[in-house]
Amino acid sequence: MNQRDDYQAVLARRNEIMRRSVGIDYGAYVDGRLSFDYERLLADAGYDIEATRLLQASSAVGNTPLVELPHLTRLARALAPPGKGARILLKDEAANPSGSFKDRRASLSVHEAVKRGYPGIAAATSGNYGAAVASHAAKAGLRCIIVQEAFDSAGIAQPEISEKTRACEAYGAEVMRLSVGPELFYVFLRVLEQTGFFNASLYTPYSILGIETLGFEIAEQTRAMTGHFPDTVLVTHAGGGNLTGTARGLRKAGADSTEVVAVSVDLSGLHMASDRDFNRKSFTTGHTGFSLPFTTWPDRADVPRNAARPLRYMDRFVTVTQGEVFYATEALATLEGLERGPAGNTSLAAALAIARDMQDDQILVVQETEYTGAGKHPTAQLSLARQLGIEVRRGDPRENQPGRNIVIPEHPSQLAVVDLDLSGIRLSYLRNALATLEPGQSPSQRDFEFLAADSGASVATINRIVEQHHAQDR
Amino acid sequence: MEILLVSDRAEVGDWVEIGDTVLEPGQRAPQVPEDTRRVPLQYRVRGFAAEPGMCGAPMTIRTRAGRELRGTLLAVRPAYEHGFGVPADELLGIGEELRSILDAAVASE
Repeated sequence: MNQRDDYQAVLARRNEIMRRSVGIDYGAYVDGRLSFDYERLLADAGYDIEATRLLQASSAVGNTPLVELPHLTRLARALAPPGKGARILLKDEAANPSGSFKDRRASLSVHEAVKRGYPGIAAATSGNYGAAVASHAAKAGLRCIIVQEAFDSAGIAQPEISEKTRACEAYGAEVMRLSVGPELFYVFLRVLEQTGFFNASLYTPYSILGIETLGFEIAEQTRAMTGHFPDTVLVTHAGGGNLTGTARGLRKAGADSTEVVAVSVDLSGLHMASDRDFNRKSFTTGHTGFSLPFTTWPDRADVPRNAARPLRYMDRFVTVTQGEVFYATEALATLEGLERGPAGNTSLAAALAIARDMQDDQILVVQETEYTGAGKHPTAQLSLARQLGIEVRRGDPRENQPGRNIVIPEHPSQLAVVDLDLSGIRLSYLRNALATLEPGQSPSQRDFEFLAADSGASVATINRIVEQHHAQDR
Repeated sequence: MEILLVSDRAEVGDWVEIGDTVLEPGQRAPQVPEDTRRVPLQYRVRGFAAEPGMCGAPMTIRTRAGRELRGTLLAVRPAYEHGFGVPADELLGIGEELRSILDAAVASE
């Protein structure tokens, strides 16, 4: 059979390619015009917490240390009013085999690929997830292909991504590196179609269920260490999987009243598909370029239904600046003796601000760290930024302008979070969901229930947005 | 030393990098911004040379995932060139500044 391999032809085959490469019939979960049975989709994957823990333990994933940060706690208290300044704990996810929490996601995907008899595994990722998939594929004896967006049209590679290229190749994977552009998805579809490999998408149930153990461990370890569950957990937020999986794990451990805060690096003004902007971002993940689009519309993912649905679990959504994260990275290394990050320290930067607003008998958990190394380091990023004409200086982080400057705080009291308008984000989600209806179509009763759960908005709000949608229709 | 390692010529089995254009500027996806639309989408991938060849000429490689790919030979034994960059003055002082804040807090307790 001859089939065309041009962009339009391959994208037209995307649903069929995806169905074969993840082995999930998403159509079987559709139960409305907009809604699908989210809990059944996850349950049918067949991994409860105990099953996931056993599997992950067999490849040394998880059970990472929960580390007390006494110096950063004292720092927060020194800058806070009397009686304020939460105790700060850090989940040291860098202790996983490939150096980040992504091992939790990759372990289940690789296990599924082996179980279902796929000849290999592939993932589209420029981040730690590639190294994690490559590492677990190596251990399972599976062939592995990682597709990265890695360099701009001048051939300049993002140093952090270069390190991921090296790590993936160290684990024996083929790394297909691409220049900037969303057509990476087209290349990835062709790889899946040509090889018949399993798609280790970041957005399948496996990829989310694998992270539930992280939330579960945080709840258990915090209670063992302090006598109660965390008051607040800060999660570095990009595609939504980290937040979704962690929050679900916290709930499964019984930590129902723990506040879950999403934290992203503010990269407003930089276009994610721009060749020029590509290397003007000093962060390749954990930033608003991913987190805002994925929070307001999760189903933009590479699978028909994203198992990461962050608005179901998010109590608060804040941003920090690039300079503040570099500052926090330096603080963690020099005060606590932990050289980690930088991207994983996004929520640490927020912790230094948020802890000051909390009572001193409260517990704040920073939910992850990641390994550091050549390229994946503040000095590598600041060197590239300077080379591209971006101003690097000490100053007030409120003067931050992504792509133009990186402002390193002059004093820890300058670290602050900016709250995003969560109700506005819920409205954006609802508008995006309704835009997928056929003209004149109305949501069913089941759709209303789904939208309420999926957006976190009230039924009254949903009614109002539906009416606005119909008014535009007419 | 470097002169001995760098070569434009690959022999069968050498670790090499190939690359090529995936999409020409006129074939880019409709949603890409203007600056990206002006440049081609390119790929690069590393593997073992399946034939002898010169940089700039066509080359077939066998990747570590077992695929045979054909493109233009870009480099023989390509180096990992990412590093730690230049130490940043803006970061070097932070540790000491924070210690003095902690010391002052202890002194005032």
